[in-house]
Amino acid sequence: MSGPLAARTPDGSRLHLQHGPIDLIVEAWGEPADVADAYRRAWERFQPLLDELVAELPALRRPLEPSADAFSGSVARRMAAAVLPFGDRFITPMAAVAGAVADEICHEMTVGGGLRRAYVNDGGDIALYLSPGTSFDVGVVAVPERPALLGRATLRSDDPVRGVATSGRHGRSFSLGIADSVTVLAADAARADAAATLIANAVDLPGHPAIRRTPASELDPDSDLGERMVTVEVGALGSDEVARALERGVDEAERMRHDGLIVAAVLGLEDRVSRVAAPSAPVLASADGR
Amino acid sequence: MREPAADTVVCDACPIRCVIKPGRTGSCDRYGNVEGVLTRMDPLLILHRAQAQGAALVPFASREGGWDGELVPTGDVVVTGAGAGTTYPDYKPAPFIVSAQVEGVDTVTVVTEAIFSYCGVNVKIDTDRHVGPERQIVRARGEAVGHVTTGQYGSQMLSLGGVNHLTGGSKREGLVTMETLLALCSGEQAELSVDEGADLTLQAGQPPVINGTVEERMRVGCGSATIGMFAQQWYEHVDEVVVVDDHITGVLSEHQAGRYLDIPPTGTKVKGRRSTPGRYFNVANPGTGWGGTDIEDPLAILEAFDPEVARPGLTLLMIGTTGEHHAYFVLDDALRPVPTPLPDDLRLSVERIRENCEPASTSVLFMAGAGGSLRAGATVNPVALTRSVGRTFTRVTCGGAPVFVWPGGGITFMVDVTLVPPGAFGYVPTPALVAPLEFTMRRDDYAALGGHMEAIVPVDEVLARPDVRHS
Repeated sequence: MSGPLAARTPDGSRLHLQHGPIDLIVEAWGEPADVADAYRRAWERFQPLLDELVAELPALRRPLEPSADAFSGSVARRMAAAVLPFGDRFITPMAAVAGAVADEICHEMTVGGGLRRAYVNDGGDIALYLSPGTSFDVGVVAVPERPALLGRATLRSDDPVRGVATSGRHGRSFSLGIADSVTVLAADAARADAAATLIANAVDLPGHPAIRRTPASELDPDSDLGERMVTVEVGALGSDEVARALERGVDEAERMRHDGLIVAAVLGLEDRVSRVAAPSAPVLASADGR
Repeated sequence: MREPAADTVVCDACPIRCVIKPGRTGSCDRYGNVEGVLTRMDPLLILHRAQAQGAALVPFASREGGWDGELVPTGDVVVTGAGAGTTYPDYKPAPFIVSAQVEGVDTVTVVTEAIFSYCGVNVKIDTDRHVGPERQIVRARGEAVGHVTTGQYGSQMLSLGGVNHLTGGSKREGLVTMETLLALCSGEQAELSVDEGADLTLQAGQPPVINGTVEERMRVGCGSATIGMFAQQWYEHVDEVVVVDDHITGVLSEHQAGRYLDIPPTGTKVKGRRSTPGRYFNVANPGTGWGGTDIEDPLAILEAFDPEVARPGLTLLMIGTTGEHHAYFVLDDALRPVPTPLPDDLRLSVERIRENCEPASTSVLFMAGAGGSLRAGATVNPVALTRSVGRTFTRVTCGGAPVFVWPGGGITFMVDVTLVPPGAFGYVPTPALVAPLEFTMRRDDYAALGGHMEAIVPVDEVLARPDVRHS
């Protein structure tokens, strides 16, 4: 059994934390002593984190039950809080696990104060800290094998965004939909994570013969998706079909934005990209100006 | 709790204990179920030598006639241990034992990723700058990870890692040591500091960075050697040359080479201890200034000029052993050296010194002992493997890279980390490093030393595995 590990990245500026499936890249800006203190806090909080999650894993893998007792771990509570507003759709707290871990570590790092900026990147789900007057530039890549920027955004400290998450068919988790990627900007990473998962599920063409699906439990007996059919292969789609699938995702994202659950989203399927954002919100503008 | 089906495996690599179906990976994607066996999923590296060298390569003539000079003909494909997985303790056969028919000789390569508790790196830093006194502690993030060891020609040497730092000290010391070794072995940067010495940024194959300054060149030679090399180019253009060097500072007019050229005495007096004429030890303390000394102002190593010998108008070139530092002086009426622009005919020699200094680099040799239980993964009679390696019947490679095997007991080897495939080094939280290791020998020799003959897989089968990465 491997324990939690911490390492500096080769350039020495970032911290890499790993335990089991959790892989975090952490970076903070500030006075060296404050950064060192933040990294120490991150490492201390990180060490027991996976064990805490595992202790409550069976309940976290089920949809929230209104009668259920509150979770005891703080990450588990973040997960539950993030998925709660989406209760009318099928979702379990596991949809927010990566974002919640990022939020937890980011929060812990900034308790000491003094940092200018920080981020915790948990496999693409990113929690941000911005002190007044600072900003982050964020880029989106849909398919790692084709590392073209789908879009970029500058997130300022007065924007209501502290979480960026990406979901889709190509990551580690299963998707019920066919989106290559859905990136969401939201108030925190856990909320962004859950929303991205649901929007990616919504980008779909139910019953399309070119889409091959398998019960999640066939692939992973412990999946929170149980017998639900997850996408394993997407064959050739016509361009009108791609547009129709994206439109379903855009509808879902618009509903979430209307309800104040997300700030913006960018959805990618094959060569098409759709964006959802209020006129005033930071938009993930296309990298080539489209 | 669901009862896992017969063909699933329960991963014990982390507390999640994923139940993994055949052909799938766990939630980390690092471990998977390959035909009912929990398997590390980093793909095996296959070095296609023929491909890498290009089809136009002309085969060695000797290959036509049989033996090509290799102890064992290696053929065109080398299977490396990177990604082979490991078993610890090593009572099971090593993860892969590969056989290949090469020119009619059945060869066997035992491929494994070995866990090295006894391992470290030797780092050669091409610089005469003072990185710290020999035997001083080298630290990473405040933890002791090694020490400064015996310097070599034009280079400072560090010895890092080893079992005492990895597992003999505090938990944090072990962790930081492991991370430092891993970074250096993986060709990444390591930030180090030497007690009573310099801050170092080191990376295999890259120029060392000493106290924030990139070290560009090795010195051309010690001060005395530099005089010997350049006296001929100087003597017509300048009355005196002092080559400042931490080891031996040279003075042209007193030096054997100056005498040979009939250069008259100049009354220059150098501080420090005179070894032989024109050669001075200890002119200053070691440092990061001129010629590896702590000198910033070269005149600091000179006493007043001898009024009996020196004369106004006498010209003096002072230069460090890399040519990076130089200054030119003319004596005034009071025999005081006055800084003066360097004349063009001397500039050439200064540039030539610089030209003759080789680029400074950092070389990292990984050194480890494949003793103990590891050998049992290769053979039922572990000592037979040691003896076979010792008698050079068995060739040892690390990720396909050639190694130097130390004479004496055990299988202690050194390898240039830049020759090992990228990503080949890993770690376990013990903490210890994981490195690929291959033993190659004739199949009949392998059988003779008690090899796991039943575990041999033809090389074609390994190449056909879906997780094999070709490089």
